[in-house]
Amino acid sequence: MAECHPVGYQWVTEARLKGAKVIHIDPRFTRTSATADRHVPIRAGSDVVFLGALINHILSNELYFRDYLVHYTNAATIVSGEFRDTEDLDGLFSGYDEELGSYDLRSWAYASASGDDDSTPGTIGGPAASREHGHAESQHSSGQQHGASGAPLEHAEVRRDETLQDPRTVFQILKRHYARYTPEMAAQACGVSLEDFDYVARAVTENSGRERTTAWVYAVGWTQHTLGAQFIRTAAIIQLLLGNMGRPGGGIMALRGHASIQGSTDIPTLYNILPGYLAMPMAGNHDTWEDYIGAIGSKAQKGYWANADTYAVSLLKSWWGEHATAENNWCYDYLPRLTGPHGTYQTVMAMLDDEVEGYFLLGQNPAVGSAHGKLQREGMAHLKWLVVRDFAMIESATFWRDGPEIATGELKTEDIQTEVFFMPAASHVEKSGSFTQTQRMLQWHHKAVDPPGDARSELQFFHDLGKRLRARLAGSTDERDRPLLDLTWDYPVDENGEPDAEAVLREINGYHLGGDKAGQLLSTFNDMKADGSTSGGCWIYTGVFADGVNQAARRKPGREQGLTALEWGWAWPANRRILYNRASADPDGNPWSERKKYVWWDADQGRWTGVDVPDFPPTLDPHHHPDKGVGGPAGLAGDDAFIMQSDGKGWLFTPKGMLDGPMPTHYEPQESPVRNPLYAQQANPARKVFPRKDNLWAPSAGQPGSDVYPYVFTTYRLTEHHTAGGMSRWLPYLSELQPEFFCEVSPELAEEKGLTNGGWATIVSARTAIEARVLVTERLTPLTINGHTIHQVGLPYHWGVGSDALVTGDAANDLLGIALDPNVQIQESKAGSCDIIAGRRPRGEALLRLVHEYQSRSGTTPTTGNELLTEGDH
Amino acid sequence: MGYWTNQLSGPTNPTTDSGWDDPPARKGFFTDTSICIGCKACEVACKEWNAIPEDGLDLLGSSYDNTGSLGASTLRQVAFIEQSGDRIAQARESGGRLVDLGMPAMRPADGPSPELVGQAATAVAEGEVPDFRWLMSSDVCKHCTHAGCLDVCPTGALFRTEFGTVVVQPDVCNGCGYCVPACPFGVIERREQDHFEAGTPNLGVAQKCTLCYDRLTDDQTPACAQACPTTSIKFGDLDDMVASAEERVETLHANGYTEARLYGTDRHDGVGGTGSVFLLLDEPEVYGLPPDPQVPTAELPAMFRQAGLAAVAMLVMAVGAFAGRRR
Amino acid sequence: MTTNPLDADRPPELPRPRRGGGRGGGRGRHRRDESLMVPDVQFESYYGRQVVKPAPWKADIPAYIFLGGIAGGSSLIGAGGAVTGRPALRRTGRYAALAGVALGGLALVHDLGRPERALNMLRTVKLTSPMSVGSWILTAFGGFAGVSMLCEVGRSLPDQRSWLARALRAAEPPATIGSAAFALPLASYTAVLLSDTATPTWRESYRGLPFVFVGSANAAAAGLALITTPADQNRPARRLAAIGAGVELGAAEWMHHDMHPLVAEPLRQGRAGVMLRASRVLTTAGALGATLLGRNRVGAGISGAALIAGSALTRFGVFEAGLASARDPKYTVTPQRERRDQRRREP
Ligand SMILES: Nc1nc2c(c(=O)[nH]1)N[C@H]1C(S)=C(S)[C@@H](COP(=O)(O)OP(=O)(O)OC[C@H]3O[C@@H](n4cnc5c(=O)[nH]c(N)nc54)[C@H](O)[C@@H]3O)O[C@H]1N2
Ligand SMILES: Nc1nc2c(c(=O)[nH]1)N[C@H]1C(S)=C(S)[C@@H](COP(=O)(O)OP(=O)(O)OC[C@H]3O[C@@H](n4cnc5c(=O)[nH]c(N)nc54)[C@H](O)[C@@H]3O)O[C@H]1N2
Ligand code: SF4
Ligand code: SF4
Ligand code: SF4
Ligand code: SF4
Ligand code: SF4
Ligand SMILES: [Mo]
Repeated sequence: MAECHPVGYQWVTEARLKGAKVIHIDPRFTRTSATADRHVPIRAGSDVVFLGALINHILSNELYFRDYLVHYTNAATIVSGEFRDTEDLDGLFSGYDEELGSYDLRSWAYASASGDDDSTPGTIGGPAASREHGHAESQHSSGQQHGASGAPLEHAEVRRDETLQDPRTVFQILKRHYARYTPEMAAQACGVSLEDFDYVARAVTENSGRERTTAWVYAVGWTQHTLGAQFIRTAAIIQLLLGNMGRPGGGIMALRGHASIQGSTDIPTLYNILPGYLAMPMAGNHDTWEDYIGAIGSKAQKGYWANADTYAVSLLKSWWGEHATAENNWCYDYLPRLTGPHGTYQTVMAMLDDEVEGYFLLGQNPAVGSAHGKLQREGMAHLKWLVVRDFAMIESATFWRDGPEIATGELKTEDIQTEVFFMPAASHVEKSGSFTQTQRMLQWHHKAVDPPGDARSELQFFHDLGKRLRARLAGSTDERDRPLLDLTWDYPVDENGEPDAEAVLREINGYHLGGDKAGQLLSTFNDMKADGSTSGGCWIYTGVFADGVNQAARRKPGREQGLTALEWGWAWPANRRILYNRASADPDGNPWSERKKYVWWDADQGRWTGVDVPDFPPTLDPHHHPDKGVGGPAGLAGDDAFIMQSDGKGWLFTPKGMLDGPMPTHYEPQESPVRNPLYAQQANPARKVFPRKDNLWAPSAGQPGSDVYPYVFTTYRLTEHHTAGGMSRWLPYLSELQPEFFCEVSPELAEEKGLTNGGWATIVSARTAIEARVLVTERLTPLTINGHTIHQVGLPYHWGVGSDALVTGDAANDLLGIALDPNVQIQESKAGSCDIIAGRRPRGEALLRLVHEYQSRSGTTPTTGNELLTEGDH
Repeated sequence: MGYWTNQLSGPTNPTTDSGWDDPPARKGFFTDTSICIGCKACEVACKEWNAIPEDGLDLLGSSYDNTGSLGASTLRQVAFIEQSGDRIAQARESGGRLVDLGMPAMRPADGPSPELVGQAATAVAEGEVPDFRWLMSSDVCKHCTHAGCLDVCPTGALFRTEFGTVVVQPDVCNGCGYCVPACPFGVIERREQDHFEAGTPNLGVAQKCTLCYDRLTDDQTPACAQACPTTSIKFGDLDDMVASAEERVETLHANGYTEARLYGTDRHDGVGGTGSVFLLLDEPEVYGLPPDPQVPTAELPAMFRQAGLAAVAMLVMAVGAFAGRRR
Repeated sequence: MTTNPLDADRPPELPRPRRGGGRGGGRGRHRRDESLMVPDVQFESYYGRQVVKPAPWKADIPAYIFLGGIAGGSSLIGAGGAVTGRPALRRTGRYAALAGVALGGLALVHDLGRPERALNMLRTVKLTSPMSVGSWILTAFGGFAGVSMLCEVGRSLPDQRSWLARALRAAEPPATIGSAAFALPLASYTAVLLSDTATPTWRESYRGLPFVFVGSANAAAAGLALITTPADQNRPARRLAAIGAGVELGAAEWMHHDMHPLVAEPLRQGRAGVMLRASRVLTTAGALGATLLGRNRVGAGISGAALIAGSALTRFGVFEAGLASARDPKYTVTPQRERRDQRRREP
């Protein structure tokens, strides 16, 4: 966190000065470790074992927060009798389909309350849902479709055993699932000493409960794995067991990446969701409006997702205005339908297969920043045209003349047909707009200077592009042009042609379209209607322009207001600073403790109150029990603190929503010199792989040839640079702080391989070889795994080969192959296998020969590592 | 004599000494290295604000420090030091000895509280020494009470501001370079012509931290302190800085971190105390700081006396040569 | 490692010392070749980098110190010649004084970062700055030496009764006295110039260095006189050569012993050591030669040259030794630690 979020780290520093204990769990000793109370070195990719051992420790020593657990989580819920655990199937859950390489989720469902016949679990989820979530003709990822919620359930009639004794309760299933995740197993699999484990276990459990709370903070060290989403789920289970969710000082903090990366998931740049985490319709599953509405939020389920129709209709009204009517299902059919996963990596594969003609690169530098640089560049070389909008001539704009493949002769400039258009972009100080940060808080930034020369904001670029396209199509009678021609596209512009960014924010906030309030801005998403009388571009952002005031632009200093500083910026939803904060009070509505008082039930007033905006129906009595069959917010019971979940509970076990298991299970990375110590199944059986001869993998432990690439490499960031370098390698003041690409190795590995501090090393993977200067440092520790010493090589990934930047160097991403997490399609960039040798790498064709020589020595083929199931019996 | 000694090296108010009537409180830094995260925001902010040219794109192989040292184009420099257990134990021990010695730098002027010393001692005895640590510290000009650089500057380019800080006037400096060896901390440096493109500002002229004189006169915080996310760099009235430094070192000692020690707070050191004080976690030289800095001018009277005697000797020699029989 | 122009400021990395133990805590760390690691910081330094900065001065500065010395010594010889009626010594002394001070001044200006601002030296008078004091000494000396030289020229004016010749004659005594008076500080202040720094060897040598410098100045001036004056008038020069050289050598010897042994080390090592050893040989030989062969024109000339070279090497050697002592942190840190620990022991 100190490395990548130094500004946020000030609050950690402040907490430390007040006595908070900070523990850093990371393969490397970083700037964060330097200022933490304890650094716990761990093998990259093994956290599920470590966290699982914590879960086991909490469960077997009864250290959980029982009152919280029983009331606010699904611990007591009973799961279908068809469910089989990985403990029974040696690394697979029930429902695995070998042919599709994915799970049928039906057997993971909750047992139905209506019938005790557990053989028909389809009652939860419904017919449409059973085809969803990856188990379909076309592959599909859906984890993020429900980014702000759990997956929808048909209704909330679940069976519960609040004594937690029934063997089919989530609680008992969890206990069995993690029974073999012991401290000794963590020591063996993660290289974490028993002493360190004990320290963390004590620190976390002693600092949780009524009086105290613990927070977990993570970023991409936990996500960029073939089971990345499950790393975070493991932490979520710990937090629910210990009662650390929805409470001050608790929670799981996802440190986001680029300045507004949170904003770009809320109003997404992702292919599979629409603004406000509404699902992108999918061909076959959501052909009709009714199918779609049923799938995104059933009226029978509990909580606010039951109102998803009002959010969706308002969204379509904001896009197509008067053209969206009840008769045409609000222009639902103008929306494209997904036919499969269209993540960035699938798109690259499609480029290589000549299925993509043109590409817009806006604020992205895949030639350096995305896994498997060679495929990225070769993919772009297959395009007919490429538009790059950036500040400088980044490597993705110049690969056709100075990329590494030109040097090796794999690509020839004359042969590349891609026409590249470079358009200079305006930076954030040259335009107004909002950033949404880690805490879901929108903060407005005002333009400080005009953009130089031809540089333009994205807003202006797209506004103009839209206007020109519409002008071209004007008068067209072709049906397929209607979506474009019917769009509301009328933003006021200033004298330079720059659209008014606040007008866009107002549109996002939404308006009343009819009734006596017509024309007024909406105050909350509860005002949204499904009858077309409201519009709103992103329901969770509704309220950001409440009362006609840009709430995101509020800058009242913290010292002039209370603890939660509610008048600084605006956090979605409804300016709430901690989600699910109903859980900060006990089931009766009283604060768990005076010290941790946050939101509570004021019985006299008959409403929830506190220092934050309560995340609960404001007047819902804590003892309320809804009538059977009531859905939506009215279906919430007084202790259903997790109001966006379809059963009102925090999910220890996810009956739906995760594609690779209802509970996190340890699998080894795609490439690993370590045999999975827990199961015969080596790697995540639901991961996404791309078997191709240009995407080869080192054989993993147990396979012949695995000793050819004996070391683990991991990639990461430095404070001094930003991602692919477009915003740092062109700046002298940052470049001089970290001028050259380097690798970090332990003194032990240096000795073994004859590497010297300040010298050069060549790092070879199954894809390519790169060179780097060497830093020999005790900050990297060899770990003892299963009795073997595992050396780790650290590689910051900020450098790339090009000719325009102030500092250049080989790209760490060229070493990586492409294998993805099934839930969110993120690449595995935190763990790979390599060899390292002293000296610089060969140039030109000789480089290819070196790489080939390694490949043939290891005997790797396109199937190596790409078989989803590990040979052996399950 | 006492007065004059103080004028050259003892505790004094440098601002009034240099003729400012009724100056504002002396300003200074307290750099608390125990909370520095090595983000180098201070380095970058300083370079940005002062428009300092880039000065080298080489990997130095010294941990994450590719800046090297303070100089004409580096007015803030973050040091990175990797240490293993035995070295940490040594630092804790040497710091512990300071506590036992009751060094003036280690606690407020009104004397130590005996419990504290006791506490610190037991904490050391019980305290766990980590097996590795990474020290980070942001170095800067010390704005000495007795500044060697300023004392020796022949042109008056260096001057003492109303805030008690030491600043170069780049339009007056003729680049004689005398201030460079005169600084006991190795801070100030001449921006050499041959390292930079023509047209770079202030070529051939001595450069050092101005304590953002141009910002202080506008009631602004220096750029480096403003940018520091962790408040490792604190800026304010020097007296307050020293007081909070003393408070912080006491807290650390009470928690068993006897390796913590202050640097520059002792007004009886060889430079009359510094305007930038530091909390360090090891001996000063580990960070590249001199352990017992002394302003060169402290002994200037003696030096001139020796030179005077030598001059007399020179005359005597000449007289001797010409004396005697004519031939 | 790659190099850049700034690398000159960064000495090569020190080998990493072996340490016992390593990371403990039962985490199974191995012993290893420590020289491979990011160099660990020794007690006395940060990656072996200098603590104080060496002066940015080039050869101009030791040259100036040498020329100033020769000018001062020559002006004394000139004055002596004038007082004792030795025209050859008077003449060459006066010319050499002016030439020395002029060349020295040029060297000084040449070494400035901004030579066009040389006159800023005279913006103030600052007693704490030996360079400021020196600038005024140099200016005054230069003035008197200039007038002395004009007087010398005046002596050969055809019309000795003209007002110009008369005025010059009248100016001669004060000019002679003035230039002799300022010659003394001119030759000795340069020792203070070096000592009044944080450069360990210069600073530590402050007690002896002025004597070395004045001895050396006299020896060099005498050497110049030996070259430029006929043998029949050079007796004072011969004597001054012997006395000056003797003082220089004796003072240097005393200085070495007076200094902290570690800080005196750079005077004996490296380039500085070579220069100073050569200087000792040349000075000794020059003095002996002047004494024994000085009456011979050729012998006088060779001895004079040896003295001049010896004097120059003294200045360059001391100069170099100082720079070397600044570059290596041990010369800064070790004595300071001793001083500090001493103070702590005896408060
Ligand atoms: N200065 C700077 N700041 C940045 C960025 C930048 O490039 N530079 N990028 C921004 C962006 S886009 C993002 S996404 C964030 C990312 O912020 P971070 O996630 O903090 O960034 P990384 O350095 O990639 O990875 C974090 C750490 O994860 C560790 N790690 C690797 N594998 C594992 C593992 O299996 N388990 C555990 N426990 N740790 C592991 C690595 O050693 C590394 O120290 O930073 C943002 N902030
Ligand atoms: N090996 C490895 N690979 C990784 C990661 C890793 O940890 N390891 N991390 C991954 C992560 S988390 C991320 S986020 C990616 C980042 O990878 P990329 O997004 O490809 O890399 P950036 O350098 O951040 O590219 C952003 C570009 O946007 C430009 N830009 C900035 N502002 C604007 C603007 O307003 N408009 C326009 N048009 N352009 C702008 C910048 O100049 C810059 O060139 O890298 C991923 N790749
Ligand atoms: S770069 Fe920007 S977003 Fe990142 S830590 Fe610094 S201020 Fe925050
Ligand atoms: S630290 Fe050096 S440059 Fe700074 S004021 Fe003191 S003597 Fe001058
Ligand atoms: S270099 Fe400039 S600032 Fe330094 S002493 Fe000379 S004139 Fe003064
Ligand atoms: S005070 Fe100003 S000049 Fe000095 S280091 Fe800080 S930013 Fe730079
Ligand atoms: S800005 Fe602050 S925390 Fe960052 S390196 Fe500088 S002093 Fe340390
Ligand atoms: Mo990111």
